Amino acid sequence: MVFLPDDRPALGAVAALVRARMRPNVYDLAAFSLIAALVILAAHGAAGMGDSLDALSREPVSLDVAGLPEYALRTTLRMFAAIFASLLFTFVVAALAAKSRRAELIIIPALDILQSVPVLGFLTFTVTFFMGLFPGSELGAECASIFAIFTSQAWNMAFSFYQSLKTVPRDLDEASRSFGLSAWQRFWRLEAPFAAPGLIWNTMMSMSGGWFFVVASEAITVGSTTVQLPGIGSYLALAIDQQDFAAVGWAVLAMAFVILLYDQLLFRPVVAWADKFRAEQTASQQKPRSWMYGLIRRTSLVKHLLAPFGWIWQRLLMLRLGARMPRLATARSRRTSSSVDYLWLAVVVAVTACGAWLVIDYVRQTLSWRDAFEAFGGGLATLSRVVILIAVASLIWVPIGVWIGLRPVVAERVQPLAQFLAAFPANVLFPFAVMGIVATGVDPNIWLSPLMVLGTQWYILFNVIAGASAFPSDLREAAAIYHLRSWTWWRKVILPGIFPYYVTGALTASGGSWNASIVAEVASWGDTRLQAYGLGAYIAKATAAGDFPRVVLGIGVMSLFVTLFNRMLWRPLYVFAERRLRLN
Amino acid sequence: MDAARSVNDVPLISVQGVCQTYDKGASGRLVVLDNVDLTLRPGEIVGLLGRSGSGKSTLLRAIAGLIRPSDGRIAFEGAPVTGPPAGMALVFQSFALFPWLTVLQNVELGLEARGLAPAERRRPALAAIDLIGLDGYESAYPKELSGGMRQRVGLARALVVHPKVLLMDEPFSALDVLTAETLRTDLLDLWAEGRMPMQSILMVTHNIEEAVLMCDRILIFGSNPGRVVAEIRIELPQPRNRLDPAFRKLVDDVYARMTMKSGTPARDGFFPGTGIAMVLPRVSSNRLAGLIETVAAEPYRGHADLPPLAAGLQLEVDDLFPIAETLQLLRFAELEEGDIRLTAAGMRFATSDVDERKRLFAQQLATYVPLAAHIRRVLDERSSHQAPARRFRDELEDHMSEDYAAETVKAVTSWARYAEYFAYDEEADVFTLENPA
Repeated sequence: MVFLPDDRPALGAVAALVRARMRPNVYDLAAFSLIAALVILAAHGAAGMGDSLDALSREPVSLDVAGLPEYALRTTLRMFAAIFASLLFTFVVAALAAKSRRAELIIIPALDILQSVPVLGFLTFTVTFFMGLFPGSELGAECASIFAIFTSQAWNMAFSFYQSLKTVPRDLDEASRSFGLSAWQRFWRLEAPFAAPGLIWNTMMSMSGGWFFVVASEAITVGSTTVQLPGIGSYLALAIDQQDFAAVGWAVLAMAFVILLYDQLLFRPVVAWADKFRAEQTASQQKPRSWMYGLIRRTSLVKHLLAPFGWIWQRLLMLRLGARMPRLATARSRRTSSSVDYLWLAVVVAVTACGAWLVIDYVRQTLSWRDAFEAFGGGLATLSRVVILIAVASLIWVPIGVWIGLRPVVAERVQPLAQFLAAFPANVLFPFAVMGIVATGVDPNIWLSPLMVLGTQWYILFNVIAGASAFPSDLREAAAIYHLRSWTWWRKVILPGIFPYYVTGALTASGGSWNASIVAEVASWGDTRLQAYGLGAYIAKATAAGDFPRVVLGIGVMSLFVTLFNRMLWRPLYVFAERRLRLN
Repeated sequence: MDAARSVNDVPLISVQGVCQTYDKGASGRLVVLDNVDLTLRPGEIVGLLGRSGSGKSTLLRAIAGLIRPSDGRIAFEGAPVTGPPAGMALVFQSFALFPWLTVLQNVELGLEARGLAPAERRRPALAAIDLIGLDGYESAYPKELSGGMRQRVGLARALVVHPKVLLMDEPFSALDVLTAETLRTDLLDLWAEGRMPMQSILMVTHNIEEAVLMCDRILIFGSNPGRVVAEIRIELPQPRNRLDPAFRKLVDDVYARMTMKSGTPARDGFFPGTGIAMVLPRVSSNRLAGLIETVAAEPYRGHADLPPLAAGLQLEVDDLFPIAETLQLLRFAELEEGDIRLTAAGMRFATSDVDERKRLFAQQLATYVPLAAHIRRVLDERSSHQAPARRFRDELEDHMSEDYAAETVKAVTSWARYAEYFAYDEEADVFTLENPA
């Protein structure tokens, strides 16, 4: 994480501390061993990344359970490499978009489109590219896998950061300007802390989504190239291939353990620490808690070891990079800059048109209108699956979520579970579904579909729980006084109350389901291969065959569907919810 | 310190012919500040007094170097201001404390901006905290503090950079009455004892008593466009007593000057624009009725002096004036020389029942608010008796900015709803003649 906990007064007043307090205490022992273990694990896992491909083929992924911790470690490291890359991307690109009007003109629409591109579609192109970059080394495949995860994480983080930068409170902005903070100081003192809560929440969401793709991107087959990176995903793929039921179970267990661990060791402490960045000025009722954060705060030696970093951080903050804020614009300079804007816009439009022509030309050489119709038809099939499944999931989880959310004691227990389930990569469970379908002989066109929402339905659940928990008790009491019951109560009281939260959840769930369709519409168990008709299957098939033009077409059509679906359904609902149904 | 505060002809701040205008699209520009002159000399506290929207905060931000005026010159110690100068510090109405920094870190911020090492900035920061009475709160976060304590942090943060001029933007208006009074007194004591580093204070306020209590000079700001309409010198010795007859006389005097019509052509009083293009404030019918009832009742019996009325209602100028002026627009009352007098219609309103009040209100609305009459006429003419509100906002935008147009339509809508003059469907954004049965 980029922020250092420099704010603890203890760090600044190191010198004032008496010698006795320098001695390590019991908490030090615990924290120290935890930190040391993490460092050693990270070093060990990273060393493996540079192995040659030969070594990989000499020692392929095996189903030996003893190897599973190592695989879990490698998978986790990939995950963290990707999240780090996403953060870097966020800080650079989102900051650029927020600071420069001209960059904003390109970056924001681009992010909007990239958000709707099915992540697994990227794999086809990137594997070839990265393998060429590091010939003979495992690093190429590692990079492709990390890049695939990155593309599932970066966009919403960048959006969150950009929105925060654009909505920095006016008085704080004026205060930092009147005190003459440099651009560098302003970023770390005002902008980054203000954006922190949103960014951290989005990072957690991205991390949850990422597990799905890390599993899907480790065992890569593109045309004739097949790579199996050591990791839980490859272990699982092998287990499926060999129809090893016990191994699938072990993989599920390992996955659950890893998610639990990173949540407890990383995200809980970060959220507890970041609580102070929340901009509202009142003391909140519920402070997020974390035993790990408490542990580190109670240590004394570890704090001293961290002190030099605090010192460096303080010096860094004194740097006056970008010292003078730009001079205030006068009327004339504003006019000239707006004519440059038009020129810039013209250039952007020209380049975009060129790019569009290139893509159309490339696809047209090999494909005919029939292919376009086929992809489009598949898109309609997948669309109807998404719509029906989100509706079904809503019918199930909204009442349950409301029931839970209105009971604080239950909600406190269930909420973490729902978030955990959302993070759990549902593709790990696909083999069970395939076995079930084969055993009962039902139609895969229908029964493969639920797999698409298997992992994403939890977003609906935990958002509805959050909404119902936040529902004002005076409104509940008013509803009780006036004897609003059953259907009237649902229609007039609770559904409007949770609607903004529900829309957020359903929006996330539907986006995730589109992505999942590429894995869910084609599933296998050993030699048994089940396939449903749809755009996801179309892309998956083209990827396996290394048929690049069809992959491009499939991805293009899916992006189009997702973008239109978001624009025509979710965004209006979102605007409506914000405008009419906000309770504060 | 006292020597520096003696009468001195070198101005710290000089503002000459400053104008601030905003483009509002096709219909030209909105003038916020019109040709403002101001001089701040060492040793004085000067107040900019006016209502919200009179441009006084804009002027303060221009002096602070946060915005660049469209025209005119601003100089600090003779040098033109092109960005925030090092010799000024600003105290905010909203405190503008960084919630993620402790009290000490907030106070140190200005020093950190100058590249001082942690050890170098600790001592002056602790001194400022000590001076302003924040001892013991150094490691607290702003959200743990009360409003008064937060503004003390704001003051300490401004003092620690040793400014020559302290700018304050309504520094006490977000505080409750008692807290604000304590802070004012503390600040005046420190000033009198010469324990603060700055040579002058320039403060923006809309509280008349506050201005008379603290300032050596008051510049009264008129609205639409913002300009200095009067300058009043307060010669009373410090500490001043609010109950002193001379003090009361000054307060009355300032009230009178602020309610003077100051030669605006509009007969309807204080709202800019004429006819349907008049910019109207959103004042709820409850407040209008409340003020009428209060003035009609004992001890005023239809005629009240504004300062005691405001004090009795616990209202500030900002709150009272729009209500009183709306009553004047509707001819329920007359305003002059700091007095409010109910008209015959106003007195009748006070003694009527609900239905009669609504009928009376509708009648005044039809006669004296051209926009309301206009909307009603359009509704009457159409066979559907419906008209989109968008249409009227567009019409207004030919004369005023988008925000003002929206506000004005909302104001008329709420009055018309109360009077059942016409109805409005928010969902469809449509005016109708039919109220739901």
